[in-house]
Amino acid sequence: MFPVAEFINRAVMVGTSLVLGSTGEILTEKSGNLNLGIPGIMCSGAVSGLIGGFLYINSGAKFSAAAAVAITLAACCLGSLIVTLIYSFLTITLRVNQNVTGLALTTFGVGLANFFGGSLKQLSGADSISIVKIAKAYKASLPFASKLGDIGKILFSYGFIVYLAIIIVLVVSFVLKKTRVGLHLCAVGENPATADAAGINVTRYKYFATCIGGMISGLGGFYYFIDYMNGSWEDASKISQCGWLSIALVIFAIWRPVIALFGSYVFGGLWILYNYTGFSVQMEPIINMLPYVVTIIVLITVSLRRKRETQPPASLGLNYFREDR
Amino acid sequence: MTATSKTAESRVENAHEPFISITRRTSSTIGRSLVVRTVAVVIALIICAIITVVLTGENPINVFVSMFEANFGNLNLMMVSMQELAILLLVSLAVTPAFRMKFWNCGAEGQALFGGLAAALVMLLWGGKINDILLLAATLISSILAGVIWGVIPSVFKAHWNTNETLFTLMMNYVAMQLVKFFIKIAAKDGSSVVDPDMLRFSTESGEIFTSAQKFLIIAGFAVIVTIFSFIYLNYSKHGYEISVVGESENTAKYIGINVRKVIVRTMAISGGICGIVGFLLVTVSSRSINPDIVAGRGFTAIMVSWLAKFNPLIMILTSFLLVFLKIGAGNVAMNFRLSLSFSDILTGIILFFIIGCEFFLNYKVRFNFCRLGSQKKR
Amino acid sequence: MNTEIIENKNQKNSVLALELKNITKAFGTKVVANKNVSLDLRRGEILALLGENGSGKTTLMNMIAGIYHPDEGEIIVNGEPASINSPKDSFGYGIGMIHQHFKLVDLFTATENIVLGIKDGNGFNIKKSSERVAEIAGKYGFEIDPDRKIYTMSVSEKQTVEIIKVLYRGADILILDEPTAVLTPQEIEKLFNVLRRMRDDGKSIIIITHKMNEVLSLSDRVAVLRKGEHIATVNTAETNEFQLTEMMVGKKIVLNIERTEPHDTQKRLEIKNLEVVNGEGRHVLKNVSFDVFSGEILGIAGIAGSGQRELFEAIAGLQPINNGEVVFHNPKKDKPVSFFHKSYERVVELAKEGKFHYADGTHVDFSGMKHSEIKKLVEEEKVLFYEDEIIDLRDKTPLQIKELGIHLSFVPEDRLGMGLVGSMDITDNMMLRSYRKGHSVFVDRERPKKLAEEIINNLEVVTPGVGTPVRRLSGGNIQKVLVGREIAAAPKVLMAAYPVRGLDINSSYMIYNLLNEQKKKGVAVIFVGEDLDVLMALCDRIMVISSGKITGTLDGRTAVKEEIGRLMTQTEGVNEIDSNK
Repeated sequence: MFPVAEFINRAVMVGTSLVLGSTGEILTEKSGNLNLGIPGIMCSGAVSGLIGGFLYINSGAKFSAAAAVAITLAACCLGSLIVTLIYSFLTITLRVNQNVTGLALTTFGVGLANFFGGSLKQLSGADSISIVKIAKAYKASLPFASKLGDIGKILFSYGFIVYLAIIIVLVVSFVLKKTRVGLHLCAVGENPATADAAGINVTRYKYFATCIGGMISGLGGFYYFIDYMNGSWEDASKISQCGWLSIALVIFAIWRPVIALFGSYVFGGLWILYNYTGFSVQMEPIINMLPYVVTIIVLITVSLRRKRETQPPASLGLNYFREDR
Repeated sequence: MTATSKTAESRVENAHEPFISITRRTSSTIGRSLVVRTVAVVIALIICAIITVVLTGENPINVFVSMFEANFGNLNLMMVSMQELAILLLVSLAVTPAFRMKFWNCGAEGQALFGGLAAALVMLLWGGKINDILLLAATLISSILAGVIWGVIPSVFKAHWNTNETLFTLMMNYVAMQLVKFFIKIAAKDGSSVVDPDMLRFSTESGEIFTSAQKFLIIAGFAVIVTIFSFIYLNYSKHGYEISVVGESENTAKYIGINVRKVIVRTMAISGGICGIVGFLLVTVSSRSINPDIVAGRGFTAIMVSWLAKFNPLIMILTSFLLVFLKIGAGNVAMNFRLSLSFSDILTGIILFFIIGCEFFLNYKVRFNFCRLGSQKKR
Repeated sequence: MNTEIIENKNQKNSVLALELKNITKAFGTKVVANKNVSLDLRRGEILALLGENGSGKTTLMNMIAGIYHPDEGEIIVNGEPASINSPKDSFGYGIGMIHQHFKLVDLFTATENIVLGIKDGNGFNIKKSSERVAEIAGKYGFEIDPDRKIYTMSVSEKQTVEIIKVLYRGADILILDEPTAVLTPQEIEKLFNVLRRMRDDGKSIIIITHKMNEVLSLSDRVAVLRKGEHIATVNTAETNEFQLTEMMVGKKIVLNIERTEPHDTQKRLEIKNLEVVNGEGRHVLKNVSFDVFSGEILGIAGIAGSGQRELFEAIAGLQPINNGEVVFHNPKKDKPVSFFHKSYERVVELAKEGKFHYADGTHVDFSGMKHSEIKKLVEEEKVLFYEDEIIDLRDKTPLQIKELGIHLSFVPEDRLGMGLVGSMDITDNMMLRSYRKGHSVFVDRERPKKLAEEIINNLEVVTPGVGTPVRRLSGGNIQKVLVGREIAAAPKVLMAAYPVRGLDINSSYMIYNLLNEQKKKGVAVIFVGEDLDVLMALCDRIMVISSGKITGTLDGRTAVKEEIGRLMTQTEGVNEIDSNK
């Protein structure tokens, strides 16, 4: 029989990376910045967490799960923030082309991740660079989850980041819809000249949105690495693919984090679908193609149905310069 | 305002001004842009040098010597780097017409890969069974056709429904990759993940019909021809003119009766076709094998090459040289120190950031108002 | 800071509300927008800021509003030197500006737009804010639904939102940048009443305008700017239109546009029951019918956005037509074929359809003839048309229209967005119309270059050369390039939408002359304008459009302004008038 609970469990795990990735990008895009560097940021977030965890384990301090989690999370956020700041500075302060900057950032971020992932051993002289120990801390779930059978497995068996991701989605959604900050942010993305004239500091909002968005996305990358990859480094290609899918999910979600949440779980399901089908090994690539094909179909469907409220932020991809007349 | 001295009074006027004032430049000379870009590259190289030194502990001069040697150390190495240059240049030329039209084709990777897949398929089926020249022609044509198909699909949707082309083409890359994996799984009987030269062979005993020098000449030849073609096509042909108009303003294009949809699809067909040639060169001429990473991210690098050259095919020779030099050189440095080859991506990224960032100083004028600092303290 | 200002205000009631001292602002090294301007605004007055387009009015006001920063000079608010570096600073001083291009977020509701950027320390509560908006609206007599989204609103409603936005912030000094340009006379009157009520409430108002009657009927004082310099400030009661015009334009200019009698008029274009629904599903043209004649100028008057653009685009094949016909009449009967057709393939095709006869009346049939023979016959003008050509242009693309041999020239309203490509040089812009000529795959830049040079010489275009991107040229020169190119195509019909918008007086007159020249050449000219005086001086007939309907057509020589104004705003009973015809 098809292991439904197991499947949903894994789908949610992969989906959570996508949730964080796309929520970060939604926040970024709401400020009018299209960040194609998300794949790079997610990879950097993952590798920063890895470096943090690695340094902690090798520091000789007595291992504590809480400290390990705190350090890796902090390292991940810091790493993603620094990388995102490159993008923010170039596009917001220097006002250069967002697409090109984003792609360069992806090259840089993926390179950074592969470099440190691949060279950490060499650089430090350590025997192994796995942080499986810390990964276990991330996987710790509620104690009663295993007693509740399938329900427990579907709802309660995840590490805390899955729930944190849901909370982040709800918070971002609330901030965007119900708060003054959200209103101002949307105004910046829709019409920066108007926001500027209304006394909103466009630059500051853009910086905050891209940086916080970048950190959320970076966390998504790190989560993929620590949970799905069990904290042992292979290479960054899967994480960067997650990044591209996250960007595509933003369109799927018509810039609404809650829709992105469910969309991500669905895509997570497609991502791992092959392992749960009885197809021959030859068919694996065909099944693995599904997320991309579905994304294409979604892109087409969204473009066919044009409605004012479902359009991207009006100034998406354009840099704002006050004295442009 | 409590300041009473006359000097403070005279500062009041300036105090109203923001500390940094930025204005848009109305014009920029070629000389200026050369200077700014050179300075940017130099600063970037210095930073790269510092990073390299920190990571390897090697003297920076030695590092650059080692990078240079990796590219030009001997005739063979030189041929390799020039071949690499030619391939990257071709991919860059492929994406350029689309970019001139403001069509963000991030799918060169997939278009080239799909072209390569077609070549591999033809070679697998007919290799050794038909005349080699015929086989060569068949692979070339099928590669081009495959590239065209892969490029035209997203463009049709873009043209008719304004479907987001950046993501569409990106996703097409992954679809092409999976198709190549599928092909390999079917073709390689022993379950291996590569299709090796033994299966994609010509009728000669070794399976090879070109010497490595010939391979180089063929690839370089294609690069030269396509560069010249692109330069003329974009700047002097009616099609090229239409591409520019559509890129600058779709409304103007419609106003003068250009069929915008046709131009979009046609241009992407050309883009895809050139990518198909790259697929042919990589699979049939250069390696006689195929794997999902055979294009190796050149589709993205090409976007930078093209953009940095301001979509000018001749300047692209220069920009693609810069990136290839770095890639091979930094790769060599990394290898010498047993570091990951991705080191070159980091250096490439840094240099790109600087070259991209320096655009700001070409488009804007920055003026610092130091008086403001002084007067602010007095408040 | 706010409370401080209010205290100040109470203490020194006699102090000026706003004072500008020696303000200078330049863009780049060449364009000096304001030179040494000193102005003052009293409390509780309406000051009109009068000046031609490009005289620096908006730039000056933008500096008060914090959009720009003066290069030199001082702004004094309520007697205190003010440091205004951003719009926020400006709000802090109680200054609010209503821009000509509304600064509203289309996707937001009125209230959301109004509270945008306010940090009053109170909780964020849209509902409460909505009530506050309604309250302010009630106080001054605005009509508005606070919860409606901006993109569903009319221009006048959007303006109302802008004004309430400023009042909501408690502004004492209001700056309005050409608020009447987009309003109907009724809406203008309403706005003026609101403004007067605000003045009586103690607010200080600056209104930017270049309409004399508004200056005279509304303002207490008038400040005149010319070429970035402050000419004078006078009391409205002590001045008159003549004096103000003189100050505004410098020397006395005879507002006299040449108008010849139309001659040899023939029906050229016939629009029948045209219906157009735009992309958003709005009915932008309703049952529009009219004729256009060769050798005359047909003026179209109407509030901006009443369907003028869609009408032109529908004729030019750029706008899908939902219903009706656009019929082109080409009087060709018994005229030689060579006059019209340069493509011999097309001539042969038409001959097969029986369109031609020889001079002696016998039927033309080219079958079996060589191209060179046909060419000879046509060039010797031996082949004549049987009848006038009547072509329905509906559902034809611009290219198809062109291929039919119909020279339709169109000077669109959006010069750089539609008529020209800003980043291309003048030569390449000339090529837009002609690049298809010939069978070569390459473009010919020689002829366009010559044309560019001719236009630069004949129309006195100020440019460093033919290689300059048109974006770098001034508005007037851009327009000359565009009009020059459109006229060079030897059109049968010339449509010009707001061809003098943003142009100085000299350039405007050059455009009027060009239109008149075309009229004399027998071209059917359609002119969409906004200045009624110009329409009445230039056009032979004036057609008025209101909300997508034609409300009347008047003789340009006898029309009176009031009548045109009435038709421009007429929205009811239009259908009855049409059916009575």
